[in-house]
Amino acid sequence: MSNTILLGTRKGTVIIEQTASGWRPKPIAHEGMPVCYAARDPRDGTLWASLDHGHWGPKLSRSRDGGASWEDAPAIKYPAGARYIVKYLPTPDFDPEAPVGAPEYQDATVYKIWNLAFGAAQQPGRLYAGTIPGGLFVSDDGGDSWELNRPLWNHPSRGGDLFAGDASSENTWGGTPASIDYGVFEPGIHSIVVDPRDPDHLYVGVSSAGVLESTDGGQSWHGRNRGMLMDYLPNPAAEWGHDPHFVTVCPGQPDHLWQQNHCGVFYSENGAQNWNKVSRPDAGVHFGFPIAADAKAGGTAWVVPARADSERMAIGGGLFVARTQDAGRSWQTFRDGLPQEHAYDIVLRHSLDAAGDCVCFGSTTGNVYLSQDRGETWQCLGSNFPPVYSVRFG
Amino acid sequence: MARVEMTSHLFRFFPALKGREIIVPGQSVAEVLAAVNELAPGFTDYVLDERGAVRRHVLISVNDSMLVDRKTLSDRVPEGGTVYVFQALTGG
Repeated sequence: MSNTILLGTRKGTVIIEQTASGWRPKPIAHEGMPVCYAARDPRDGTLWASLDHGHWGPKLSRSRDGGASWEDAPAIKYPAGARYIVKYLPTPDFDPEAPVGAPEYQDATVYKIWNLAFGAAQQPGRLYAGTIPGGLFVSDDGGDSWELNRPLWNHPSRGGDLFAGDASSENTWGGTPASIDYGVFEPGIHSIVVDPRDPDHLYVGVSSAGVLESTDGGQSWHGRNRGMLMDYLPNPAAEWGHDPHFVTVCPGQPDHLWQQNHCGVFYSENGAQNWNKVSRPDAGVHFGFPIAADAKAGGTAWVVPARADSERMAIGGGLFVARTQDAGRSWQTFRDGLPQEHAYDIVLRHSLDAAGDCVCFGSTTGNVYLSQDRGETWQCLGSNFPPVYSVRFG
Repeated sequence: MARVEMTSHLFRFFPALKGREIIVPGQSVAEVLAAVNELAPGFTDYVLDERGAVRRHVLISVNDSMLVDRKTLSDRVPEGGTVYVFQALTGG
């Protein structure tokens, strides 16, 4: 069981530690700065925080002394020549059948470092960073330098190799509303999965494109969206345009993947070769952002459902967590210890985590809740945190 | 030579610049900021994006004239002029 929880919040990084007198937050780090993701590298204990400066650009910060001191890591930068085809938020008169005009190109710059993932134990120094506008960056020296993964950036589903010239195919990736704060509508990589059995086996989840898999360490990528359904496009089963909100894996049974999608909860038991929708709207399990998988049991996962796409708030004013232990065939809901009236909390995609019997989540209302019995009962670790963007056991 | 004045918020990240007069060589804004980056490595990563363009929510002026070329910062800086680097006000 973990005794440390890392929060990325709108006003900094918070480390909550279990002490003899209970769980206690330490003084906030990165005071006043938005932190969209914070996590601990399990290989060497380095703490990482992705700073989302409004003015000064996204930055990575790291601590090698458990959070006592932090330093800027070298900046992640798109290489010269990295371009993408601009997409606009569809307007009410959007016609998907209209002929596609000449592509409009945009030079890439990092808007947000949305997620970090750590390589396998046999790959010391290997880190992954998922960004808006849709570039996956890889480091092999512990974050001292970063390189854009070009096969994913140049994927045919995005228009092909724009370093080499004009587009050779259409851009079928959409944007993510999570980037609209910045006045842009670009895709974002929010989920990075490394197969614990094989570090060359990777998945990424992209808003709004879908899931892609690589079995050769990122040299080639293939869409893995079969079975996923969109209810916002004319063809719900189209190959691209899906909006996974978060994709994760069961570490003990890595063929079992879970995703909380814009259009429901999806589960795969065959390494994302196909997905099954396992939503139960009648049980309140359908829309939401985060999902956590159990460390050992592939059919066990937790979600924190929200009301609906258009009404992003707790269902019925009460907060609950849902758990399945049978691969989504049934869901149990748990409310003990969670507010059941006047609750408007939303839990964002990186703000739910599970470790052993512990499950923890934080909300945009600044509440953080912990369960030490696999989600069945909850205690509040604090109600006055800044809006929470990420929760990770460390 | 040009004088550089900046928002005190940047001193949090670059304490070496705090409380000192910043006088650097440079005949364009790009050259002046590159010179500041020599004093405080990483400074331009805060003010400019990886294309060298001014970040969206940063304001730069030469004396009292707002920067015109936000992409390559070619605006001329007169001898003895002052380059100001501020945050654009965003939000309430």
